[in-house]
Amino acid sequence: MSENFEMAPDQLHRRQIEAHVQDLHNRYVRVLDDGEYEAWPQLFTEDGRYTIITRENHRRGLPLPIMSCEGRGMMQDRITGLRRINVYEPQSYSHQISALRLIGLEEDGHVVTCISNYLVVRILLSGAMSLFSVGTYHDRIRIGDQGALLEERIVVHASSQVDTLLVIPL
Amino acid sequence: MSRIELKNIWPGDDATRVPYRLMGDPDIHALEQELIFQGDTWHYLCLDAELPDGGCFKTTFIGATPVVVTRDEEGAIHALINRCQHKGALVCVEPCGKAKTLRCLYHGWSYDLSGRLRFVPFEQGIQGKGGMPAGFDKSRHGMSPLRVAVFEGVVFATHSEAVEPLEQYLGSDMAAHMRRVFHKPVEILGSYTQVMHNNWTLYMENARDSYHATILHAFYATFKLNRLTMGGGLTVNHDGRNTMNYSIGASLREGEYDAEKLRAVMEDVGLADPSLLANRQEFPDGITVAIQSIFPTCVNQQIYNTLAMRQVVPKGPNGTELHWTFFGYRDDDPALRAMRLKQANLIGPAGYVSMEDGVIGEYVQRGIAGEGQDSCAILAMGGSEVASVTDSRANETTVRGFWQAYRSVMGL
Repeated sequence: MSENFEMAPDQLHRRQIEAHVQDLHNRYVRVLDDGEYEAWPQLFTEDGRYTIITRENHRRGLPLPIMSCEGRGMMQDRITGLRRINVYEPQSYSHQISALRLIGLEEDGHVVTCISNYLVVRILLSGAMSLFSVGTYHDRIRIGDQGALLEERIVVHASSQVDTLLVIPL
Repeated sequence: MSRIELKNIWPGDDATRVPYRLMGDPDIHALEQELIFQGDTWHYLCLDAELPDGGCFKTTFIGATPVVVTRDEEGAIHALINRCQHKGALVCVEPCGKAKTLRCLYHGWSYDLSGRLRFVPFEQGIQGKGGMPAGFDKSRHGMSPLRVAVFEGVVFATHSEAVEPLEQYLGSDMAAHMRRVFHKPVEILGSYTQVMHNNWTLYMENARDSYHATILHAFYATFKLNRLTMGGGLTVNHDGRNTMNYSIGASLREGEYDAEKLRAVMEDVGLADPSLLANRQEFPDGITVAIQSIFPTCVNQQIYNTLAMRQVVPKGPNGTELHWTFFGYRDDDPALRAMRLKQANLIGPAGYVSMEDGVIGEYVQRGIAGEGQDSCAILAMGGSEVASVTDSRANETTVRGFWQAYRSVMGL
């Protein structure tokens, strides 16, 4: 069922999978950094899951999330919240994603699990830029006819602190 | 700043006016360390469930003072100033952990879990040379213990020998509410810290403020969750020291609320997945939201099925850390546990009904910058009294209570 990625069939296949993942990462960064938030849930499968958790809680097996969505509906609600309901200082993000590490393949190569590093700089209305979050994306990605979609993204925020508030997904 | 100068700082006889200069002045902040944080007050530190076994420790703060809470091998809880008696270094650096002894990294002085100094490397010197003087008595150099009290599994400590016992300090109504929340064994579900760029008092008064809750936190009003027109009340004891704001599920006068035409009421906004709001009535009193505030720095929160303790730690005159510890009960069924974790989206730094609190104190801090010495906030909703209210929450009595307690402890 699951195969270790070190055993992946051949180099070409590996490169193809990496290209799918990189393409998904690129779309993800464009959507969030350009403020196209309504497109964010579309990067997930219909019942995809999204969680932000501190590294400390994750390491200790404590389930408390900072943010969690089960399915595109909850993701859309987060966007409704940030567009229409919640009150905060206008802000935007700049993402960097790096160090992709493929972990495993499942379902005949249609599902890939992988980990990447991420870094998010937050830019406030005043122009102040600050390092807002670094950590790792723990992804489960389905590769289908329409390209790659996230079945699950666990954002492991490498700190136990969050500055001020977190409204835009990481 | 002299005490005499401070005596005239308060503009009137009641708490309807609060001088902005209290929020961010370094001299006031230094005095708060002495009179509030090291004074006759009890400070929430953690839940004893965070220290399940002998040898567990957790580091925290009372004001600026570093503190370590331990459980010894006999099961007793201790709170110690987290400072080596030799050179003042922190003894415990990790946020939490398990240890047989508490050993300072600098020169290896080692303490047992109750803070007694057990070992000093080279105490006898080397081959009879050097070492500590003959009269050095290890029993007189333990880590400084704080007075500790555990009420229903909630751990508090104080520097003060004079302050009344914890249960009296809480008062019978606040103690009863804490018993209600901690009526059976809890399980820790996680924690995180929110960093805020404002004076700590701005967060504490915000946590007591019912007036803002349904206006600033538009999520409540948008989805008709917690509205000022619902049943509920404000409980105040000990002249304002401790307070509780609570609301009871049923909505009473919806029409009146809509007439306020608040920005938040947007009929076209809906949730694509309303399962977020599924909640279970788990307390017989029907209270769905209760925010209990124990002066100076403790908040005990129930928002539907999210249960959390919040600890406020000042970080200088213009900074605050808010430590959230989220819990459920050990006997939660899987559906209730899942509900609590889903509702965690309501609270914390990304909480639909709480994220605004992370920035609103900063807006005040930025707003009052450069203000004159006599400039004051107005806390006149509901009059000037500091007393419990059962018929309305359009009242700032609980916020006035905070400032009245503050004023009393600070001798202003």
